[in-house]
Amino acid sequence: MTEDVLQVSHISKQLGGKPILQDCSFTVKRGELKVLIGPSGAGKSTLLQCINCLIPPDSGDIWLEGTKLDRANKAHLCAFRAQVGMIFQDFNLFDHLTAEENVAIALRKVRGMSRKDAADRALEELGRVGLARRSQLYPAQLSGGQKQRVAMARALAMDPKVILLDEPTSALDPELVGEVLAVIRDLAQNGMTMIMATHQMDFARALAHEILFMERGKIIEQGAPDVLLAEGCNTRTRDFCCRLLEMGA
Amino acid sequence: MLLDIDFFTQDVLPALNQGLLVTLALIIPAGVIGFIGGIVLGCARAFGGPVLRGFGNAYTTTLRGVPLAVQLMMIYYALPKIGIYFDAYGAALLSFILCSAAYHSEYVRGALLSIRQGQIRAAQALGMTTFQTILWIVVPQAARRALPGCGNEIVYLIKYSSLAYLVTCMELMGEGKVVASDTFRFTEVFMAVGAYYLVLVTLATWLLHWLERRTYIPGFGAR
Repeated sequence: MTEDVLQVSHISKQLGGKPILQDCSFTVKRGELKVLIGPSGAGKSTLLQCINCLIPPDSGDIWLEGTKLDRANKAHLCAFRAQVGMIFQDFNLFDHLTAEENVAIALRKVRGMSRKDAADRALEELGRVGLARRSQLYPAQLSGGQKQRVAMARALAMDPKVILLDEPTSALDPELVGEVLAVIRDLAQNGMTMIMATHQMDFARALAHEILFMERGKIIEQGAPDVLLAEGCNTRTRDFCCRLLEMGA
Repeated sequence: MLLDIDFFTQDVLPALNQGLLVTLALIIPAGVIGFIGGIVLGCARAFGGPVLRGFGNAYTTTLRGVPLAVQLMMIYYALPKIGIYFDAYGAALLSFILCSAAYHSEYVRGALLSIRQGQIRAAQALGMTTFQTILWIVVPQAARRALPGCGNEIVYLIKYSSLAYLVTCMELMGEGKVVASDTFRFTEVFMAVGAYYLVLVTLATWLLHWLERRTYIPGFGAR
């Protein structure tokens, strides 16, 4: 539980002259689930995408298991990304591929597995998220929750060292949120290392090892959920969560 | 005498059938190579660096801006002045490939740009290189989106292949013109030529519809 998997140090990013991220640093240990919360526009999504350089940060470094990411080296960057899973808010499945092919394509093209091995592995992963019977369907034939589970299987098949989840349930109907959270809960309990941006406070409180609260591009509070959310404590995190709850009520 | 059967069976049809073979030998390779060229050119224009993009844009602007008849003349009559020789068939084929690649590239570029950015990011997040992303994620989808537009270009190609007779390549139109001039029966001959093209275009349309059905994937437009 103590080994550092991912280290993010002093990441900053400006877009159009406006600072989006300011000097964000944190470390994720193996098996840890970190939850990023904060108001819209706080930079949660940008921070996650900076970690695997989908949005290249202006400054700062990323370390994966003690190796510093060399962003200028394309081959190194691709190898790095292959070890860091990413789940998007709007799923981003490949529309022209079946569920099985969605999972298998990176195994074949990035990992160099044979067509058959990749298909076997894809089916196994789809089984793990409860979609073995839907493996031959195309994204347009799946519900939102099913799509997100295929996206989870796609990320998991690559045996990632850490998974980044960018509001994985925000684009889902309320009824479908549960099935996706169940998969994530399962992963967390099996020791998968994850960083997740979410508004699901109950989920964060129950499973997160640590909460990072972001506002205006900065991580302003950081700590275990029962500390930050403790009754009577005067944290920005608690304030925010109370307001979320009021809106829900 | 409204319809002279003997004239058709003995003069018109043998000549036009001869021309049809040449027309097919023009449009099939020009259609296939032009389409592939259009994909490459469209990719370069949509994803290439500034130089590649600039070249692609300049190429497309020129080829779309100059009448095909003029291009054909340039390839057949002007290129020999700098030592590049083509026979009539070669010149026609080359100019059709170059021209249809330019038109295809525009349909392809539009289709490429319609692929959601999110899928490209997802592919990159899985560790695919830019080239792999384009080859395995973007092109298969863009090709389906571009198919109706590119089919349109193929239909045009079939008809503008009739320009090949300008450089003495004896395809359908050329053969028809010879028979017509020899016999002064322009109406019958060119109605027959028109019918040949109509059949070719109809067959091409069926083929394209078949291809669209064949490559149909749920979520990619109506069947």
